Amino acid sequence: MLTPEERAEIEAEFPHYPNRKAVCIDAMKIVQKHRGWLSDDALKDIGELLGMSVADLDGVATFYNLLFRRPVGRHVIYLCDSVSCWIMDGERQCSHLKERLGVEAGETTADGRFTLLPVVCLGACDRAPVMMIDDDTHFDLTPERIDQILERYP
Amino acid sequence: MNMATVYVDNRAYEMDEKQNLLEGCLRLGMDLPYFCWHPAMGSVGACRQCAVKQFRDEKDERGRIVMACMTPAAAGTRISIRDPEAVEFRKAVIEGLMLNHPHDCPVCDEGGECHLQDMTVMTGHDYRRYTFEKRTFRNQYLGPFLNHEMNRCIQCYRCVRFYREYAGGNDLNAFALRNIVFFGRDRDGVLENEFAGNLVEVCPTGVFTDATLKRHYTRKWDMEMAPSVCVHCGLGCNITAAGRYGTLRRLVNRYNGEVNGYFLCDRGRFGYEFVNSERRIRQPLIEGKAVSAEAALARLGELTSGRVIGVGSPRATLESNFALRAMVGADRFFAGISGTEARLLKLMLEVLRGPARTPSLREIEASDAVFILGEDVTNVAPRMALSLRQSVRQQPMEIAERLHIPVWMDHAVREAVQEKKGPLFTASVSATRLDDIAAGTYRGAPDDLARLGFAVAHALNSEAPAPAGLPESARDFVKEAAEALKAAKRPLIVSGASLASAAIIEAAANVAWALAGSMLAFTATESNSMGLAMMEAPALDAAQAAHADTIIILENDLFRRLPEAEQFLERFRHVVVVDYLENATTAKAELVLPAAPFAEADGTLVNSEGRAQRFFQALPPPAPVKESWRWLGSWDKLDDIVEALARAIPPLAAVTRAAPPASFRMSGAKVPRQPHRYSGRTAMLANISVHEPKPPADPDSPLAFSMEGNPDQPPGALQPFFWTPGWNSIQAVNKFQEEIAGPLRGGDPGVRILEAGEGTPRFFEDIPAAFEPRAEEWLVVPLHHIFGSEELSRHAPAVSQLAPPPYIALNPEDAARFGDEAEMLGQRFPLKRLAELPRGVAGVPAGVPPFAGLEFPMWSRILQAP
Amino acid sequence: MPEDRPLTGNMRPDGEALDRAAYERVGGYKGLRKALGGMTPAAVIDEVKASNLRGRGGAGFSTGLKWSFVPATAPHPRYVVANGDEMEPGTFKDRLLVERDPHQLVEGMILAGYATGSDTGYIFLRGEYKLGARRVARALAEAYEAGYLGKDILHSGYSFEIHLHLSAGRYMCGEETGMLNALEGKRANPRAKPPFPPVSGLFGMPTTINNVETLCNVPHIIRNGAAWFQGLSRSKDGGTKLYGASGKVKRPGLWELPMGTTIREILEEHAGGMRDGVRFRGLLPGGASTDFLVEEHLDTPMDFSEVQKAGSRMGTGTMIILDDQTCPVGMVSNLEHFFAQESCGWCTPCWSGLGWVERILKGMEEGRGQPGDLEKLAFQTRFWAPGHTFCALAPGAAEPLQSALKYFRAEFEQHINEKRCPWK
Ligand SMILES: Cc1cc2nc3c(=O)[nH]c(=O)nc-3n(C[C@H](O)[C@H](O)[C@H](O)COP(=O)(O)O)c2cc1C
Ligand code: SF4
Ligand code: FES
Repeated sequence: MLTPEERAEIEAEFPHYPNRKAVCIDAMKIVQKHRGWLSDDALKDIGELLGMSVADLDGVATFYNLLFRRPVGRHVIYLCDSVSCWIMDGERQCSHLKERLGVEAGETTADGRFTLLPVVCLGACDRAPVMMIDDDTHFDLTPERIDQILERYP
Repeated sequence: MNMATVYVDNRAYEMDEKQNLLEGCLRLGMDLPYFCWHPAMGSVGACRQCAVKQFRDEKDERGRIVMACMTPAAAGTRISIRDPEAVEFRKAVIEGLMLNHPHDCPVCDEGGECHLQDMTVMTGHDYRRYTFEKRTFRNQYLGPFLNHEMNRCIQCYRCVRFYREYAGGNDLNAFALRNIVFFGRDRDGVLENEFAGNLVEVCPTGVFTDATLKRHYTRKWDMEMAPSVCVHCGLGCNITAAGRYGTLRRLVNRYNGEVNGYFLCDRGRFGYEFVNSERRIRQPLIEGKAVSAEAALARLGELTSGRVIGVGSPRATLESNFALRAMVGADRFFAGISGTEARLLKLMLEVLRGPARTPSLREIEASDAVFILGEDVTNVAPRMALSLRQSVRQQPMEIAERLHIPVWMDHAVREAVQEKKGPLFTASVSATRLDDIAAGTYRGAPDDLARLGFAVAHALNSEAPAPAGLPESARDFVKEAAEALKAAKRPLIVSGASLASAAIIEAAANVAWALAGSMLAFTATESNSMGLAMMEAPALDAAQAAHADTIIILENDLFRRLPEAEQFLERFRHVVVVDYLENATTAKAELVLPAAPFAEADGTLVNSEGRAQRFFQALPPPAPVKESWRWLGSWDKLDDIVEALARAIPPLAAVTRAAPPASFRMSGAKVPRQPHRYSGRTAMLANISVHEPKPPADPDSPLAFSMEGNPDQPPGALQPFFWTPGWNSIQAVNKFQEEIAGPLRGGDPGVRILEAGEGTPRFFEDIPAAFEPRAEEWLVVPLHHIFGSEELSRHAPAVSQLAPPPYIALNPEDAARFGDEAEMLGQRFPLKRLAELPRGVAGVPAGVPPFAGLEFPMWSRILQAP
Repeated sequence: MPEDRPLTGNMRPDGEALDRAAYERVGGYKGLRKALGGMTPAAVIDEVKASNLRGRGGAGFSTGLKWSFVPATAPHPRYVVANGDEMEPGTFKDRLLVERDPHQLVEGMILAGYATGSDTGYIFLRGEYKLGARRVARALAEAYEAGYLGKDILHSGYSFEIHLHLSAGRYMCGEETGMLNALEGKRANPRAKPPFPPVSGLFGMPTTINNVETLCNVPHIIRNGAAWFQGLSRSKDGGTKLYGASGKVKRPGLWELPMGTTIREILEEHAGGMRDGVRFRGLLPGGASTDFLVEEHLDTPMDFSEVQKAGSRMGTGTMIILDDQTCPVGMVSNLEHFFAQESCGWCTPCWSGLGWVERILKGMEEGRGQPGDLEKLAFQTRFWAPGHTFCALAPGAAEPLQSALKYFRAEFEQHINEKRCPWK
């Protein structure tokens, strides 16, 4: 069941689109914001409100990058793996993060604190390498800076 | 059709300018490979396989690659199929499609009839250059009909386009993206859509394959095939029945432009296994003991020397019914159906001889406003529901037309049209599987549905009588439905007898007649209901009164017809049954004669459109099994009995034209049932005898049980399979059509023997009173189930898995006083709560014992289960 | 306002966004007032046409012409969509515009709406642009409050709504028809053209799609006139352009400069030249999907036609610089990995070919290159030519690869022959 809060937020999107199905991406984002990820039950709940099947929603969810069909950690690290960051030694930052967190890309740390995800160019190529943790973007990464930044995400 | 001159490799051809270049080329017999395009589903330009070079004009030598399926066949278009760059491109597309393909053709069910194989050979891609690991998927359990082998997928998107966009399903989808798109369900489970089986043919490779075939797998080239007709409802979809070693191995669609087109329903496709059932009767039986054919015939002679009556069947052919009628005499021949059903059939027949034309499924697809009165079409005449699903696309298509989007540009049309649908109105006792596309739905007890129908008729034409005191809730529906029908160019009314209500049929007739030019389609529940009705025999009630010692029952289980079958049979000293499956009636018979079911028989059926269609033996019936008409009469050949019945029964006079006669030859030769690659002919029976037996003769048809014969295309009615050089899959049908997705060469099979009459009809005046629920009783109506309601397919294991157990359905408010079970007719049943069922009405599954054979509608008490 | 930098000249040095009042103080919404106050929609289109504003999303299509494609008799509602997806690697210009001056975009959209007779606008923004999203949302609220949006804008009788949509993330959402599907809540596969969006677009209705930077230019054109706009430029294409440089240059960054500024000037004067110890090898002039240019092209003016003459595309105008300490094969491998990841999976040459190319390049980098690999790569680039695929993603993927095979062939061969990456 959608929480009243989730439901209200989704319904607030209805007037922005001529039909309910069009709201599905926003709806999934809203529920993900509250629950961290989109479980089968979450899709079922959304589907009931929008008149869509789980398969309808899952077809959409699995297309996109930022919709998670598996649980993620408390914080999601999006590390840019595109060209400008790569030129600026992005791979080293990636190895450092993997080592530091003890995970491979796409995995969540054992303590559930971080999920490490590679992501396409974050549009800050002049300050490469770049990563985003949750909603914050961090620029000019070095292993030392990464260590400091991680501290801020308990 | 407007033809345009199009130049292909510098030669001028005529193409239909409304079509695309791929259709144009295929129609002209050219070999141009494709995957994502489908003749019934149009173009989406995904696979890029149909690439050709297009040139601006004669002087343009460079040209550019275009997709033939996405380019209109406009006048003056110049293309090249042979252009080296185009050839190289098509080869590269196949190479790309094959990167991840497992190359498991030898163990793939599709092997030998695979469109991917064909196209691979056609493009000349033959060496593998990809050296990396292939992607692999996990397969899913999709139910008893289909196997899933995703590694074979080439991502053409046909499956989801068919399943979702064409058939309206929503539990199959494409997941993820790039080169790992997964086509399946969100989790394992039975596919919900009733047309899922078509994926076997829609999928151009072996991702979705026939799970029932797997249990007795045979390659296409090793099957003996014949043109046949589905026996699982009244629509008469055309099928190819295929067998080997005396068992029926599978059915596939047999294209008939006017009837089923490219698609079947799952009941039709997978119900065939009753033919191989353990309950088949393979020997004559006297008092339950197997006897020789001679002994059986001798006994038949004895039993028929006295007073005899015959009981025919709506699931038996015209020939078999006629043979029985001829044997016992027309006045002692009874239609094997209840009085109610007979009256309803007669009524429908009369109505259809009135001014409203009964449409083919193709015409149904093209209708632009639909009013369905009383029928749950998906569960009664399933394939018609698929056509109705397309009909709602007709009106919105005008949007696309206005934007100059050709109809075949499938996604562009859908994007322009969005969710807009043409008007389709459903009025039924409970929810139906077409409600999702309906502009309006109405629920009511049968009498209330009839009243609604009368009201719509009156709204269209004030001369039609109006029901008094229509409830408020119906008024908007009536107004909207009437307006939509009136505004339409090709309005259609669909109704039928599945609620056993004459008033509904009369109301439907009034609607059709109230609006000049509308079409009227009635469903029929059995394969020859209409044919039997045309024989105009009295019903079983009349047989009750007949005095006879012996009753001969033809392919009929009277326990599914009469509540008091037992008592009825007891009135006869001798009971003779001719049938192919053991049932309660054969259990009561003194003499049982083993009849041949459709796959082992020849005969003619009349579908609900009034189209007489001939089917032929796919397998020689294993002696002593033979067609019922052979047991009952002394005709040597099918043609003789067809002629006799055509002469004896004037409305059936035209059935001789349903298919060419047995004497038909092509260049002096018969039509082979076995493909030219049929293997093991000499070895098949070597364990019994090393001498190859003579192939069975077939005096009844121009078909031969052999691979010898004329390999050319016979007329459609005789076409045993679709196969041409280079086109081993069923997609070869392109080569057999006059037009792509148009009629088969020489015309679509079958002959219409029911046409609308002239003159102005007299409206039916008998409007029933509004339904009044009763205090302690419920009006019990049959609820039809695609899987479970029909007699024969119930014996196919895959279908029976999906058949519902018996239940009682009630409106939740009515059900409030009961628990999970309730008692009716002295038995307990699970209680199903159906929100849409009207109060005071109870539903039970039609055809599911113990409800099979009850007279509907009936009033019954329902009690708290103790 | 610094007259020569209309897009960025007014931005606050502290990195905050201009609010409505600040925006109005530097002339904001004057263009809108002018248009609604007396220009017909056709006159707005004519002005934009005359300005030679060409689309900044990469393809450089004339904006005025695009607007004129919505038939006057077309049904309503009509839509305007601002393409702020910006997922092209190496591109970081629209982010600045939405974060620092969101009202400029809003005004541009309203003008586009007015010109095309549209009813509703969507700002389709990259999902990761959280700061930008907050600021745009705020600007929209302010614009509604001030009567620039909503019913009867400035009592002109014209009404227009704008909604913000945050992407769920896919490069294909930037492809304009993929974006329409995304806005409809569907998988972002592209659509067939024709019909083009002005005829049948979002929800089947006439739709105009423009890049964020394109739209941001419009208020200035309407306010100051086409001639002024043309005058900002050093080339036939009107206006200024946001040029960027990333990679191992001294001062990576983004600058608003006259259209037609040469690559050398951008690289040497604005980006400060290469970092110490590295040498210039080549560059992608406008994002991942453009052909490499090399030393000999440095004096090419950055505008749509000149860069094309040099054998590449200006694309988004944000250059990615390759230096001699960086492996060109590795760079191409990174790029093709991106394209392969983002292929929508619709058409065969793309989904299948990219997966193959990605593996070949990765193999080469890891010392598993094979003789014949270069021919396979070259063939795939031809296989992805425009028109061969359903949309422009795969043709875009072909560009860096085909040009790398031309300019860095020796390095590719070295990888294969030595069975290793010489830079590792
Ligand atoms: C794969 C692909 C991705 C694209 N991504 C973007 C994008 O992120 N932003 C953008 O403005 N245009 C992008 N485009 C170009 C758009 O399709 C479209 O041409 C552009 O938004 C039109 O705006 P303009 O005329 O103002 O340039 C992309 C094109 C392709 C083929
Ligand atoms: S080129 Fe084809 S597969 Fe690639 S993104 Fe475009 S449509 Fe999708
Ligand atoms: S059949 Fe033409 S692109 Fe697939």
